[in-house]
Amino acid sequence: MSSFTYQFDTPSYKGTSTVSTGLFINGKFIEPVEKGTIEVVNPVNGKIITSVAAGTAADIDNAARAARKAYKERWGLKVPGVQRGRMLSKLADLLEANADEFAALEALDVGKAFRAARNGDVSASIAALRYYAGWADKIQGKTIETNEKKLAYTRHEPVGVVGAIVPWNFPLTMLSFKLGPALAAGNAVIVKPSELTPLTALRLCPLFVEAGFPDGVINVVSGYGSTAGQALSEHMDVDKITFTGSTLTGRKIMETASKTNLKKITLELGGKSPSVIFDDVDLEQTVKWVSHGIFMNHGQACTAGSRIFVQAGIYDRFLKAFTEHASSLKVGDPFARDTYQGPQVSQTQFDRIMGYIKSGKEEGATVHIGGERHGNEGYFIQPTIFTECKSNMKIVQEEIFGPVAAIIKFATEEEAIEQANNTVYGLACSVFTRDIDRAIRVAHSIEAGTAWINCHNSSELSLPFGGYKQSGIGRELGEYALEHYTNLKAVHVNIGHRL
Amino acid sequence: MPSTFTKTFDTPAYKGTVTIPLGLYINGEFVDPVEGGTIDVVNPATGKVVTSIAAGTKADIDIAAKAAKEAYKTSWGLKVPGIQRGKLMSKLAVLMEEHIAEFAALDALANGKAYNTAYGKDNKGAIAVMEYYAGWADKISGKTIETNEKKLAYTRHEPIGVVGQIIPWNVPMFSLSLKVAPALATGNTIVLKPSEITPLSALLFCTLIEQAGFPPGVINIVNGYGSTAGQAISEHPLIEKVAFTGSTLTGRKIMEAAAKSNLKSVTLELGGKSPNVIFDDADLEQAVKWAIHGIYYNHGQNCSAGSRIFVQEGIYDKFLDQFTEQARAIKVGDPFSPDTYQGPQVSKTQFERIMGYITSGQNDGATVHLGGKQVGQEGYFIEPTIFTECQPNMKIVREEIFGPVACVIKFKTEDEVVEQANDTSYGLAASVFTKDIDRAIRVAHALEAGTAWINCSNQAEISMPFGGFKQSGIGRDLSEYALENYTNVKAVHVNIGLRL
Repeated sequence: MSSFTYQFDTPSYKGTSTVSTGLFINGKFIEPVEKGTIEVVNPVNGKIITSVAAGTAADIDNAARAARKAYKERWGLKVPGVQRGRMLSKLADLLEANADEFAALEALDVGKAFRAARNGDVSASIAALRYYAGWADKIQGKTIETNEKKLAYTRHEPVGVVGAIVPWNFPLTMLSFKLGPALAAGNAVIVKPSELTPLTALRLCPLFVEAGFPDGVINVVSGYGSTAGQALSEHMDVDKITFTGSTLTGRKIMETASKTNLKKITLELGGKSPSVIFDDVDLEQTVKWVSHGIFMNHGQACTAGSRIFVQAGIYDRFLKAFTEHASSLKVGDPFARDTYQGPQVSQTQFDRIMGYIKSGKEEGATVHIGGERHGNEGYFIQPTIFTECKSNMKIVQEEIFGPVAAIIKFATEEEAIEQANNTVYGLACSVFTRDIDRAIRVAHSIEAGTAWINCHNSSELSLPFGGYKQSGIGRELGEYALEHYTNLKAVHVNIGHRL
Repeated sequence: MPSTFTKTFDTPAYKGTVTIPLGLYINGEFVDPVEGGTIDVVNPATGKVVTSIAAGTKADIDIAAKAAKEAYKTSWGLKVPGIQRGKLMSKLAVLMEEHIAEFAALDALANGKAYNTAYGKDNKGAIAVMEYYAGWADKISGKTIETNEKKLAYTRHEPIGVVGQIIPWNVPMFSLSLKVAPALATGNTIVLKPSEITPLSALLFCTLIEQAGFPPGVINIVNGYGSTAGQAISEHPLIEKVAFTGSTLTGRKIMEAAAKSNLKSVTLELGGKSPNVIFDDADLEQAVKWAIHGIYYNHGQNCSAGSRIFVQEGIYDKFLDQFTEQARAIKVGDPFSPDTYQGPQVSKTQFERIMGYITSGQNDGATVHLGGKQVGQEGYFIEPTIFTECQPNMKIVREEIFGPVACVIKFKTEDEVVEQANDTSYGLAASVFTKDIDRAIRVAHALEAGTAWINCSNQAEISMPFGGFKQSGIGRDLSEYALENYTNVKAVHVNIGLRL
């Protein structure tokens, strides 16, 4: 079976990584039925690093069969929660033992800074697997009082076979956020990584085996969304899809589910999250948090605080400090020690973001800083700030998914809330103020699944995460995620009611 | 069109006069539909038109959604504390009780179910559901969650906003209550479309809403066809959630419409082909009675009907004899006669559908052990019917008939019957009859269904969740669990010391 070996010799990481590039089905790497491949591109220079197998419908079908068999014969409730938890813990340990290598692969594939991949992505992945390992033996139903002639209880059973379609912005992390609860609750899983960033998912496969997961419990089928992803959404023997990605694709998945076996879906989609800054803030901290909010991961975060509302009284000072801070962000090679921002993930994304920047200029907003490509090769874009934005501009309404901030001045709290809510999205928001009443009032008034007060993009594994409105359906993380990976069964035992 | 309908009932089961408005109930008033259409309501006992109601279309749904949104923003939602919402719901339950006889008469008239059933089951149940959720209204809780000392982190279970609800014709008032109640308790406003076949009791319900003290626009009830008004609800951009009970076919359309419009969340309670598994150590007398109830209750028009009856071979002959005797003894007749158990099927379409399945069973080689024919010459009455010699691939065994038609199937072993019982795309409910404790629980757990009944069948509890595995649905009705369908979880992270 083919594999890909990469030698890293960089200031941040030196080492060798070997990744099998086949499809991982039923515990083994195999060739895809239709023998296609996908090229993996290094976004730093646009050059091909390697190619991996591309699965299609036939492979998804094989994976679904393997998953169903594994679920029925050697997984699900046949394996007590405490054992499922131990395997997840072991997987976390193995990931931790190889943390630097995984971070390097992620930095190579996505283009994110090694430092961010190591301290952000990989750490969060390990933590998520550990967190859910602890839930595996704590899945509980209820006994419910009805009357003395009946014993009535609920069971929170595994759903069965779950399809997980994972995005490219935090590949390993998003995968862990899905694997954790799915496996803890006793489901078998078929993963379709993003065709842009399959490397860490593939590198994880041998660790599944070493951690002791039976064959077929976790399957990884790389492939395109329109083929492998579609096949997974349509499959009559897949009980649930969990998807993180664009709202456009989320709609297709829901429609496909409705037309096939009415499989359950959770969708984590896009956002245009507002950051609302009042004039009583600690300016220095606010600037740092807001910058983290929009420029983290090169703006490629569903919760990016991409609409920054600044109260009139502090507007000029904020803009000056924010601009200074943004200008200091080091754009460059992901493996250079002082890099903050690497390239955008692909040519397509690069073009899309540059298109939005152009549209901003054309619609009359002002490029305060940035607005141009950085360098001559790869997909680097300068951190960009737009001012003089109007609410109907595309750069204010649509998700850009790049390092582009739109700054908008406001006068009153009511106005800020109304503008903040003037969007079809509702994933996250942040509010910055020292006033306790206002902080909580505004956080509660903005229509979003996560509200941050005096911070942004400060996530917690133990809190639920997900969208209001068109930002999604369902919640990930926390205990809440488990609901989405279990089927609720009510059992009524008649112990005396006679007809 | 006239704005009200009055009927005087002079029957053995009920004597009284009922008057209902016929318009659309939007923003606290009865109004004419924008496009002026009507729908005839037919009495299935006679096949004759009883009255015509206003039929809403997309334009009316739009008006209702806007009214509901405005009410949510100004006079409902979290502006009205849970304890207040609960009080209004309790008042509504009291009013429903005061008018219970009228509600029962309207349901019996339009649906064809026996008046005593409409009274004692449907409407008593509807009132109990409203009371149950009134008690939840001030107990909606989120959590505080420990993360670290530099952060206060908590969740809120907020109302969603405007929810759309589409209810079926088989248990009109019970369906209405179990949809409306959890939505109101959690602070949502509602646009509800009753079934066009059984709209009358919902119209009576509208007259109690203002009396109970609900602000205008909180509950809006718009009668209309599924393909127009129902579709409009599924598509509407201001409606952020849709809850539907009905056929799997329509459920799919609703989910598709939600995906294509504003990705509103969707809960669906769909069809079933629920197995009833009877082992040879069952208490036979009770098993027969429960099996009768499981398939013939509500004329088989029951999503959780135990329509595939698996009987272990040791007890098969005795079971079949007793089951047949009791089925034969079922009193089919006028809903307003006090000893009627089974009235007509709800409509001509349903009647023809069921008769079509009976024909298909015969054509596929199953034996009509009992029944199989129309009762009488008018209306849509069908004899309680039993098929034997059924094979698993027959349409009558695979597809939901939704009528008084039982398929009785012999089995040998537990493994065989669990496999056959699970050989269906549905997964709504199941029952198992045995006195063996191990087997009872083992089999109940092995059957892939959202509800498993042990030594009983179709005995729902308001405090227990109800809903489907597989293609029988998404989400759960009833119990505390239903509240999740009507809340948006928001996570709030308060930074009280984490500095960058």
